Amino acid sequence: MSDLETFRAEARAWLEENCPKEMRDGAGGEENICWGGTQWKFQSDAQKTWLDRMAAKGWTVPHWPKEYGGGGLSKEEVKILKAEMRSLKCRSPLESFGIWMLGPALLKYGAHEQKAHFLPPIARGEIRWCQGYSEPNAGSDLASLQCKCEDKGDHWLINGQKIWTSYADESDWIFVLVRTDPKATKHNGISFILVDMNQKGVSTKPIKLISGKSPFCETFFDDATAPKEHAPGVSAIVGEINRGWDVAKYLLTHEREMISAGGGGLLGGRGMGEVAAQEIGLEHGRLADPLLRAQIAKAEIDGWAFLLTLERMKDEAKAGQGVGANSSMLKYYGTEFNKRRFELLMDIGGSDELEWEGERTKDGKLARGWLRTKANSIEGGTSEVQLNIIAKRILELPGA
Amino acid sequence: MPLVLTEEQEMLKESARGFLDEKAPVSALRKLRDTNDQTGFSRDLWKEMAEMGWAGILVEEEHGGADFGFVGAGVLAEEMGRTLTASPFLSTSILAATALKKIGTDAQKQASLPKIAAGELLYALAVDEHRKHGPAKTAMKAEKHGNGFKLSGDKTFVADGHVADKIIVAARTAGAAGEQDGLTLFLVNAKSKGLTAERTQMVDSRNAARLKFDGVEATGDDVLGEVDGGYMALEGVLNAGRAGLAAELSGASQAAFGMTVNYLKERKQFGAEIGSFQALQHRAAHLYSEIELAKSAILKALQDLDAHYGMAGPICSLAKAKAGEVAKLASQEAVQMHGGIGMTDEFDIGFYMKRIRVAQEMFGDPAFHADRIAQMRGY
Repeated sequence: MSDLETFRAEARAWLEENCPKEMRDGAGGEENICWGGTQWKFQSDAQKTWLDRMAAKGWTVPHWPKEYGGGGLSKEEVKILKAEMRSLKCRSPLESFGIWMLGPALLKYGAHEQKAHFLPPIARGEIRWCQGYSEPNAGSDLASLQCKCEDKGDHWLINGQKIWTSYADESDWIFVLVRTDPKATKHNGISFILVDMNQKGVSTKPIKLISGKSPFCETFFDDATAPKEHAPGVSAIVGEINRGWDVAKYLLTHEREMISAGGGGLLGGRGMGEVAAQEIGLEHGRLADPLLRAQIAKAEIDGWAFLLTLERMKDEAKAGQGVGANSSMLKYYGTEFNKRRFELLMDIGGSDELEWEGERTKDGKLARGWLRTKANSIEGGTSEVQLNIIAKRILELPGA
Repeated sequence: MPLVLTEEQEMLKESARGFLDEKAPVSALRKLRDTNDQTGFSRDLWKEMAEMGWAGILVEEEHGGADFGFVGAGVLAEEMGRTLTASPFLSTSILAATALKKIGTDAQKQASLPKIAAGELLYALAVDEHRKHGPAKTAMKAEKHGNGFKLSGDKTFVADGHVADKIIVAARTAGAAGEQDGLTLFLVNAKSKGLTAERTQMVDSRNAARLKFDGVEATGDDVLGEVDGGYMALEGVLNAGRAGLAAELSGASQAAFGMTVNYLKERKQFGAEIGSFQALQHRAAHLYSEIELAKSAILKALQDLDAHYGMAGPICSLAKAKAGEVAKLASQEAVQMHGGIGMTDEFDIGFYMKRIRVAQEMFGDPAFHADRIAQMRGY
């Protein structure tokens, strides 16, 4: 048996023994995620047991180095672990912005002391992080951000406002893009700083969205502070001072890749045509609504071709080919496709799916999901920004 | 299998590009058109292609071929799409080679495949009888006649139908038009008594013909595959052709898009390169994305034809539908973004628009394949 096959057998045996039965239902979706953090209330004992066991094994972040709370697994091993978790229908033990965003940023740009200080509590689900990027006047033009950060000798003094901070009201710490040099050109005076939210100077206010939900907040900094060092040798700034834009850009690319890869997951489950056949019915073997049928078929063609493109781009990257800026193409196409897909699902659903409250629609689950997709092409860089990037970096068009 | 070309396939692509740029650029097609060439392609060029192994790209080595598989054939089709190269590659090297390889008897293979690989015999596949593709709609009759059959009916949109030495034709030995059962494939000599071919001058200046079968005699030995059970075999061959056409469409899309992007960088209006205008940048970036999607679908279809030939129907429909749609968009955007010059005959972009219009129609337009995918998925 090869090493990888041995690993597969061992991982499977361990998961079978350690994953509680209640966590073996394959449930995904935001309502079933374990986010962790000091404010986190476990939905069940099983959820806590599952987190603790996986964290002890380093498998909440299997690809991170062991010294920082990870599993130290190779890419191939991570793939096998994920496949085994899928086949056993194990829920993900922990998801968070710490895992998705701050972790990758620290692993690439952080000093050893920062990694050793901040990563293990993320891996164990003890500290929940949020991301302070956008401002009311810095959206697509993120680099024009104005949140001020002044050097006060032993600490930093922060004043300003962030917006669209996901789950800021439930988070413990925030990683923030701040302006440390107001005189420098706009990309050059930005720093990436880590701030404890448990202080008087930081406050949050949820924003209610058209879906009725409030996943985002406004976050205010009024004379908020961060010590120069959170612990001996643990700087509050990640990377070099005034070079935070490098970190931000890296994370934005990473985020786009995650969103576009998620595009694949969104296509799982039943196809639009299958749903339509059931909800609307067939006539002579064809969907009874011929115009809708044509739209669905065209959308399924694009969705299928998009999934194959995700696969091809991954294979190209593995083979050392491909274009980095293609993540913008995938983000653009995947999010636009997802909006189109939900528009069609709403068309199929007709008036039945327009019930906003009540058992029949599980409080408008589809309708709320449909509204949620409208943010897909805004967050992480709008579709228009992605098209700009394609024009500039791939097509090399002038002045772009 | 990873969705990338192997090293061998990459090398084939590179050498094909070099060869076609030199020997068969768009100007060669223009010359064929302007001189009203009766063959519609250069036989000398085809001979050279055969010498390089292209004619027998799908033929096994034991029959003198290169045996590069459908991905290899697709690579060549894509490159020929870039340069709009006119050749019998689709009809002889993809369609006929696939048909003979997959359903031919040993004797039929021996008699045909080495000659296909050598570039000595040309074939055509005659399926459609109406303006819109639909193999099940075949009405052409093949009536029992002694020990053999007599074929009567009309075929249209037959690529290379006027120059082929042999015709593979779908005819009805049972059932009625519209039914899948009752079709039989025949392999007949183009010079058979009662068979006439009229070359149709098409919008793309390439080869197509209308064929008239007036009691053409065929023996039992001329049957290709099973009597009455030819539909699935025909579908397999058509799928190969669809994937090949999709690859050609992709090559044509990429070439037209490349010309367009270059033009956006050069052409100045309002004191700036027009490519600096966001209205055009976004359209170009969108088209880039669509072209990438089509490429993925096509490569997967070609790989699946190699790996699971009998199950490649849906993916070939995906490839043909997506490639056809994207190629139309690419040619329309190309003409629009080139402005007035794009409308002139002197400029090449019009040739792309014309070939794309024809290739996307052949063996099913995007709507035909979207309908097929919907049916296969049960709605």
